[in-house]
Amino acid sequence: MSKYEQPVIDRNGPDRGPTIARGTELARLQAAASAPSQQRPAAERAARASLRAQIARLERERSAIVAERFPHICAPVAMPDRPSGGPSLLDLGELERSRDRLAAAVQDLRAKVTEREEHERRAREQLQRMRLEPGRYKFVRLPVRDLGQGVCGFWEVRPRLGLIGMLAGWWQLKLSSGCPLATGSRSTRDPGLRR
Amino acid sequence: MSDGAQSAAGWRAPELEEELPGLRLLIGEALHTREQPLTGSSPPQVRRRLAELSNRYRGARAVGIRREPVPAAYRVFFRHIGLEPDTERTPIEAAILERMLRGGFLTRCLLEDVLLLALVDTGVPVWALDAESVDGSLGIRASLQGEPLGRAGEAPVLPAGRLVVADSSTALAILFGELAPGHVPHAGTRRVTLFAVQVAGVPDLFVEEALWSCRSALEQL
Repeated sequence: MSKYEQPVIDRNGPDRGPTIARGTELARLQAAASAPSQQRPAAERAARASLRAQIARLERERSAIVAERFPHICAPVAMPDRPSGGPSLLDLGELERSRDRLAAAVQDLRAKVTEREEHERRAREQLQRMRLEPGRYKFVRLPVRDLGQGVCGFWEVRPRLGLIGMLAGWWQLKLSSGCPLATGSRSTRDPGLRR
Repeated sequence: MSDGAQSAAGWRAPELEEELPGLRLLIGEALHTREQPLTGSSPPQVRRRLAELSNRYRGARAVGIRREPVPAAYRVFFRHIGLEPDTERTPIEAAILERMLRGGFLTRCLLEDVLLLALVDTGVPVWALDAESVDGSLGIRASLQGEPLGRAGEAPVLPAGRLVVADSSTALAILFGELAPGHVPHAGTRRVTLFAVQVAGVPDLFVEEALWSCRSALEQL
């Protein structure tokens, strides 16, 4: 159900929060707390259920984007519109605000995904051009991050056989060896083994 | 193998049944029969199991955990009750983040390790209370204005409408939050009341498995 298809709700209905003094018997408190819920209109309940379903769908979409696109796209740290004191049963207005905030966040992520896809498409085209005509892209480096293929490493047009290749115009596209080792290079982590 | 017969469903306030029909509280009880106190160090097999689980969770899994069905269900539920899961993390995501930051699931004490094992194994959070301090059956309800969290003298006061786990007379824990002071199991505790919060999208089996896992670890089944 879209935002525009929801039932119209009278928000000036009875307050449903329990406001009973401390020290009263629990049974009485629970009875008092549940009484307003019986008077609550079914339409409002249905609207809240619909909003919860929308929130669930948006949250799943947001999680999917963040999980699939990490580390290129990260979820921005959300700032709740009210200081969260803890869990509570949200009323219609709070659910609407939560849904709207989440929808805006998902929209923002979708825009980033589109932007990122365009960036990767341009990078793939560039890589293809470098592969077909390496001589036109001498020493050009293309990070694999731009292609969405990982975090470390570069595609680079380099001369075959070093100086000879440079003089002879033998250029080739090469992929670097990837991420540096966590333990550092062999020469720095165990220099004693060098001969 | 799960033994669901030893778990009982807790009560829910009528407005919660109506608004959050997938929310359930499952309760179990464990008799702590190990030699080590609950607050003492864990036996080698528990520590070994934590190390095994640490190896199972690496960066890629940590990033993707929010898409797995059970953690995703808790994320959605957090939003339904006004918690922002990216700032107030769900229990499983908090545990995985801790593992990433510290390089492993670090042992703390027997009880916390057992609860952590159940959480990481199933994705379902389990909490423990000193059974001697629980009066009647547990359930979930909204707190009342000025209601204390626990029966201890220094108990903090709750605002109205906070979702709490309560026994027949007192709120003992904030839902997905802190336990009441004075009701947390201590070194001399022998009988522990375990409770797990099930939300929509979490299969019964996972919740029962989490409780069984805690019980079996504490009772040395």
